[in-house]
Amino acid sequence: MSQVRAERARARLPLPIALSQPAALVERNMRSARHGWLTFVSGFFEPVFYLFAMGVGIGALIGSVSVGGREVPYGIFVAPALMATSAMNGAIYDSTSNVFFKLKHSKLYRSVLSTPLRPIDVAVGEIAWALLRGLVYSSMFLLVATIGGFVMSWWSLLAIGACTLIGLAFASVGMACTTYMRSWNDMDYVQLAILPMFLFSATFYPLSTYPPALQWVVQATPLYHGVDLVRGLMMGDLHVGLLWHVAYLAAFGALGLWATTRRVGTLLLT
Amino acid sequence: MPLIHAAGLRKTFGDFVAVDDIDVDVEEGESFGFLGPNGAGKSSTMRMIGCTSPVSGGELRVLGMDPLTHGPQVRSQLGVVPQQDALDEELTVAENMLVYGRYFGIDRAVVRERARGLLEFAQLTEKADSVVEALSGGMKRRLTITRALINNPRLLLLDEPTTGLDPQARHILWDRLFRLKREGVTLVLTTHYMDEAEQLCDRLVVMDHGRIVAEGSPLSLIAQHASREVLELRFDVADHAERLADVHDLADRVEVLPDRLLLYVDDGDGALESATARGIHPLSALVRRASLEDVFLRLTGRSLVE
Repeated sequence: MSQVRAERARARLPLPIALSQPAALVERNMRSARHGWLTFVSGFFEPVFYLFAMGVGIGALIGSVSVGGREVPYGIFVAPALMATSAMNGAIYDSTSNVFFKLKHSKLYRSVLSTPLRPIDVAVGEIAWALLRGLVYSSMFLLVATIGGFVMSWWSLLAIGACTLIGLAFASVGMACTTYMRSWNDMDYVQLAILPMFLFSATFYPLSTYPPALQWVVQATPLYHGVDLVRGLMMGDLHVGLLWHVAYLAAFGALGLWATTRRVGTLLLT
Repeated sequence: MPLIHAAGLRKTFGDFVAVDDIDVDVEEGESFGFLGPNGAGKSSTMRMIGCTSPVSGGELRVLGMDPLTHGPQVRSQLGVVPQQDALDEELTVAENMLVYGRYFGIDRAVVRERARGLLEFAQLTEKADSVVEALSGGMKRRLTITRALINNPRLLLLDEPTTGLDPQARHILWDRLFRLKREGVTLVLTTHYMDEAEQLCDRLVVMDHGRIVAEGSPLSLIAQHASREVLELRFDVADHAERLADVHDLADRVEVLPDRLLLYVDDGDGALESATARGIHPLSALVRRASLEDVFLRLTGRSLVE
């Protein structure tokens, strides 16, 4: 019975220690990633290649862009967008294909849920893992972008946090969507949502390019908020509007986390 | 206090009733079995006990707690061996043990130490650094069971522990389970193999269509529902029912199977002699002790492994 009491006591422990259960899942993913380190490394190169292709190559053709009345070289305009996009892509990859495989094929969560872990621990653990991985990527990207001369302000350091927030929003909603998928074919719907966002969320040209009616549509997408937030930080252009982006992304993330927890329970605890 | 207490326990999926009002009590240190064919409700019952499936009706207490409100607390003291090995195929054998132990919040150093001993116990030490995917079926099963012991469980739940294994692997497993039982671990298992139930269970219930149709020790069930011996007769006929009239008065009861007749008798050799004396010459005749299979046939009119 003393063991029972110890367990009960643990359930009431303060937050950092209560997080030890999702942390076990993060530890599991870390070990698994060690076996597939190549995938891990390749995730870093994609945005960096984009950065040089767009920023240097296409940037030379375009010259400068006007952002909020300031003229800036195209590379400086596009780098934050690529950083935000890579945070989105990383989070989506981890929370869709990866999670789908564990959910449907490896039955990982079934065995995890027969230990003391609960659905919320599974959701938090997986999303935390996606964020940690994203954190490594965004830090590396920022480093490369700084060396390449695409960064204007020390506030850029906060862009790493902003990318984590973007990761949270996309990883948690992505994981919630994954719980509804029946087969690998359904992954195409994810691309269907991601690709237009990547192209049209004021990533490659400013929002003002769109007619006013379309501006609303663009502003409703989560990636737009991510891009604008990271751009503001990297260009040192701080204003209150950025907080609105933070709130939007945080709310999106919280909604996804709630939905994921519920769905994991409904799917697996039958 | 029983380790598991179920009263009027039910599990339904929509209109389908998987577990229909069962009463079960399992005491600490006991080795308890659920015997029945596929679809009898064994696995559903096990998942409710394992706190991974909500109870649809009735009362269930595991280790004195309600799975609904104390799921994580109950699960922290359970070892669960599911029907299909749910090993982490992306990790090595040793990592499987380590990571699983971490799910229980056990210290890394403690888990390492325990894993070493357990892998030894399961004869998997040499495979510690192999990736799980490459193991044989028997080894995977052994690892699944070994992994379930990482938290020193009070109660070990085994859902068809040896289904799909070759005879040698089954015997190794039975030996390991027997040792655990001797160490005082309470075992609850499901099986559709009567030899397994006879080997491992102190007490068992026979389930059919979600209900419990008989309960007792393997020996008492055989004594109660079957005779001492069984004489099996095979004839060269399309339908063995044709030959029923020839032999029905030689036995307490005769069961007609598609390929043979089963005569429930006290003295098998004697019955065979009487049959021969009547001029009955079967293709083959076999005298054996009655088993749980016979109990099941008697109770449900069907054989266990379908």
